[in-house]
Amino acid sequence: MKKPVQTYSAISESTNFHERRSLWHRIKLAARKSPYTARFGVVVIVLYVLVALFAPLLAPYGEAEVFPAAYEPWSSTYIFGTDQIGRDIFSRMIYGARNTVGIAVATTVLSFLIGGSLGLAAAIDRRWIDQILSRSVDVLMAIPSLIFALVLLSIFGSTVLNLIIIIAILDATRVFRLTRSVAINVVVMDYVEAARLRGEGISWIMRREILPNILPPLIAEFGLRFCFVFLTIAALSFLGVGIQPPTADWGSMVRENANLLQFAQYDLRSGLTPLLPAAAIALLTVAVNFVVDWFLHKTSGLRDEQ
Amino acid sequence: MHPVLGTVLQRLGLGLLTLIAVSIIIFTSIEMLPGDFGQVVLGQAATKDTVAAFRLELGLDKPPHLRYFDWIIGVFQGDLGTSFSGRAASGQDRSREVADLIGPRLQNTLFLGGITALISVPLALALGITTALYRNSIYDRSVNAATLTTISFPEFFVAYILILFLSSLTQWLPSLANVDSDTPLAERLHRIVLPVLTLTLVIIAHMMRMTRAAIINLLASPYIQMARLSGASQTEIIIKHALPNAWAPIATVIAFNLAYLVVGVVVVEVVFVYPGIGQLMVDAVTTRDIPVVQGCALIFAVTYILLNLIADVIGIITNPRLLHPK
Repeated sequence: MKKPVQTYSAISESTNFHERRSLWHRIKLAARKSPYTARFGVVVIVLYVLVALFAPLLAPYGEAEVFPAAYEPWSSTYIFGTDQIGRDIFSRMIYGARNTVGIAVATTVLSFLIGGSLGLAAAIDRRWIDQILSRSVDVLMAIPSLIFALVLLSIFGSTVLNLIIIIAILDATRVFRLTRSVAINVVVMDYVEAARLRGEGISWIMRREILPNILPPLIAEFGLRFCFVFLTIAALSFLGVGIQPPTADWGSMVRENANLLQFAQYDLRSGLTPLLPAAAIALLTVAVNFVVDWFLHKTSGLRDEQ
Repeated sequence: MHPVLGTVLQRLGLGLLTLIAVSIIIFTSIEMLPGDFGQVVLGQAATKDTVAAFRLELGLDKPPHLRYFDWIIGVFQGDLGTSFSGRAASGQDRSREVADLIGPRLQNTLFLGGITALISVPLALALGITTALYRNSIYDRSVNAATLTTISFPEFFVAYILILFLSSLTQWLPSLANVDSDTPLAERLHRIVLPVLTLTLVIIAHMMRMTRAAIINLLASPYIQMARLSGASQTEIIIKHALPNAWAPIATVIAFNLAYLVVGVVVVEVVFVYPGIGQLMVDAVTTRDIPVVQGCALIFAVTYILLNLIADVIGIITNPRLLHPK
């Protein structure tokens, strides 16, 4: 309502009604109605992204810069102390945001590219493509993905590229299942049939007819899959077969500094050091879960219970 | 009982096919190694003859499908091949049988997993049923909030927090679970308190939430409303009317989580230095000892598939609609 209307006018009401809200306005409206958990989640995610982008500016020392003082306690020079070979833990935490989160995002994007496109293809062509893909996905999903990842890493070796490809392929099976099951309901719609009769190719139908209509569940799934991939990579790095030193990574940092825990009764702050990277992982997972929860509520009206 | 039997047999057949496919995948992993891996395993100093003898021992001169049958027959006889480690360039062979390496460790892992299952399954069921009974009470909300947090934490975070508070600061419990075959049972139980507690916290959340959701879902159905109108008490409704129909989803989620335990055990064993099969597998991956990796992966995968299969079968045979066909 821009100006007060004295008398009733159908035109003014209908023009007001049709006024399209700008994207920014809609975001502001959604934010005002969002629950505190979702706001908290968004703030945390934005913070992580900023830290990851500006890591070299924020970190006081280099990623693998070694100082002569190993296991230094918390001080003003080394905020969270130094690790077993004398690297500044605070700086490595900041670079870890870039490496750990960056690799997890790259893996999730790759798994969505693979799983999403194969899932769409299977939904459109229900004959042999669907049969072959679905049966092989069934078999792949029968093995726990951490165990499968361990087998593949032992064969191909633990490099970052191998890690990304292996986890992305294993995770793509879940994306494939979801994409296929949502897309199957859209494929039978009349407008898809019309596009097909018009002579559009499979790629056009996938991108322009089906994808826009199955986007909300896929976006929510992206958040959940990101959490899963993030935790898997952190677990593998923690086990020593994921991201390799000297790359700063939260999972391996927990393992490297775990010894400090036994000194907690003498110096509590040193004892907390190995928990910091683990807490960083947990915080991001919780934040993403909060946002996904809210997004699901908004897009599908999904409720926990009546 | 015919329809039930048919469905169960169909599921078992599918499970068998999956097992065969998975065993082929795990077997193929040795095929994907680069051609010169004999040199890598035996070291740079290995002569051509030693490498050739090593390849002959692995049977690399035979076609893959014959080797697969040799391997799978060996697996059924408890022979998982010979470890890559302990081999020298000179051809001297101090390597150990994979089955001997895995055997005692598998017992340890089963002990850990078994104790965890004994504690977590009844606890999760009790929590799930009571939270459904007292829905939206403070008790329900606090249990829900607590489980939501443990779901999003990585296992090692939970483990180290427990170590910090229960072991490092207070010295109540040992932080290392290094048992061997001579450790007496009481001592063994005392040492695995923290690993069991970690695993319980990690898997209980999901089981409890699914139990609660399954029961609450049923409470909205017409036959429950009928029971309520006939004057049945809340406890009676849940125990007598809702639970029989909820067994299938609950059994599925319990088996799923016990299967998840198979994976969670790897990280927890490494944190607490527990000599189980998970730690063995991680060590083997680091040294790229493929036969050991294959053996462990096979055990993990078969356990996982069998647990899921059992869940499916329980789901089918407890389904009242299938049991009493019209």
